[in-house]
Amino acid sequence: MHAVIPYVIAALLFALGVYGVLRRRNAILVLMAVELMLNAVNLILVAADASVKKATLVGVPSESWANVAPEPRAGAIFALFVIVLAAAEVGVGLAIVLQYYRLRRAVILDEVALDAHDHEDEQVTS
Amino acid sequence: MTVADALMLALGVIAVGSGALVVTSAHLVRAGLYLVISLGAVAGLYLVLGAEMVAWVQVLVYVGAVVVLLLFAVMLTRAPIGPSRDLDRPAGPAAVIGAGVGFGLTALLVDAFRWTAYDLPPPGTARRVGEQIFGAWVLPFEVLGILLLAALVGAIVLSRPDIGARPGPPAAAGAAPTPDPVDESADVVARLERIAARQAAAQARVREQAAAERAAADGQVAAAEIEPAAAPDPLKERARDIVFGAGDRRPPLGGGDGEPEQPRVIEGAGRPRPLGRAAERPALPASPSDDRDGTGNA
Repeated sequence: MHAVIPYVIAALLFALGVYGVLRRRNAILVLMAVELMLNAVNLILVAADASVKKATLVGVPSESWANVAPEPRAGAIFALFVIVLAAAEVGVGLAIVLQYYRLRRAVILDEVALDAHDHEDEQVTS
Repeated sequence: MTVADALMLALGVIAVGSGALVVTSAHLVRAGLYLVISLGAVAGLYLVLGAEMVAWVQVLVYVGAVVVLLLFAVMLTRAPIGPSRDLDRPAGPAAVIGAGVGFGLTALLVDAFRWTAYDLPPPGTARRVGEQIFGAWVLPFEVLGILLLAALVGAIVLSRPDIGARPGPPAAAGAAPTPDPVDESADVVARLERIAARQAAAQARVREQAAAERAAADGQVAAAEIEPAAAPDPLKERARDIVFGAGDRRPPLGGGDGEPEQPRVIEGAGRPRPLGRAAERPALPASPSDDRDGTGNA
């Protein structure tokens, strides 16, 4: 199997996520693009877990940090951890977005006044 | 190119294509549903790569929970059903940066893994993943548990406006003592006064009638006793209202006069029924009831 296929897919997904984060103005769509980026990272972790062997790294001393972790399937476990992190991120992010919507009736990121400091803004931005 | 390669290419095309639709679609809800397709295709890639546990966790957590949360948020923020025109910024800088990131990462990874071939690993079962997590990765697992708890508590605190509200000017305005609508309202007081006056007038009228009949039957003494007793009644009613609270003196719904269970209506005065009794009262030896009326009035 060619190892390059999942890596290229992951790179394209990450680029799409970057494009979406920069392009979108709606906060929820920005969160969706962030999910795409996290999935690309997960895909790289799982692909590296499946494809990288000790023999792949030629000339790297065995005690180097770049060497493969001695435990097998460590990439899959890191992918699980990243999934948990993404769940926590989307929970807090959506709470912030919904609270901002409750205060301002808008989810447009360009119109968030970061330098305004009345009572409600302190609750949103801090 | 093996079957696994072909499968991975197909799933990759699906994932990247629907990912592109996620970041370019003008419909908010459709973007969320394309995200479902993209994440499902990535779960299929995990399956092909032999990470079965990660694939099912991806389906459960991402497709089952995260996308549902995102769609909840889309609907809670009153997203329009049709296409929205103001979802995007101008595409220039974002496209340049995204294309740069894509080409850079693709070139790097292709250069690194161009000739790497690998055998399909044995499918990782949940048992092996569990042994790894609770063996070598216990500490990150616990830290992640604490982080998840903190994130959930933070989301709850963010979502509830009554937690952590500081005593600013709007909070002070909201904490101002609200007037009791029953005790403080001038409308209620005026209505109670009107009711008391009307009842006093009805009592006086009935008592005059009864006194006239009684005077016609018994003589002038009883009428002379009852007639001055009618005068202090409105004042007493008002004093009783003030002492025992205004809530008891609400106007009775059914017009009050015909209800025998009204406790404050003085017997023989407010009800029309004692009129008939008073009409036949001269035929009876009615002195105890007259005494009861007199004490009740006084």
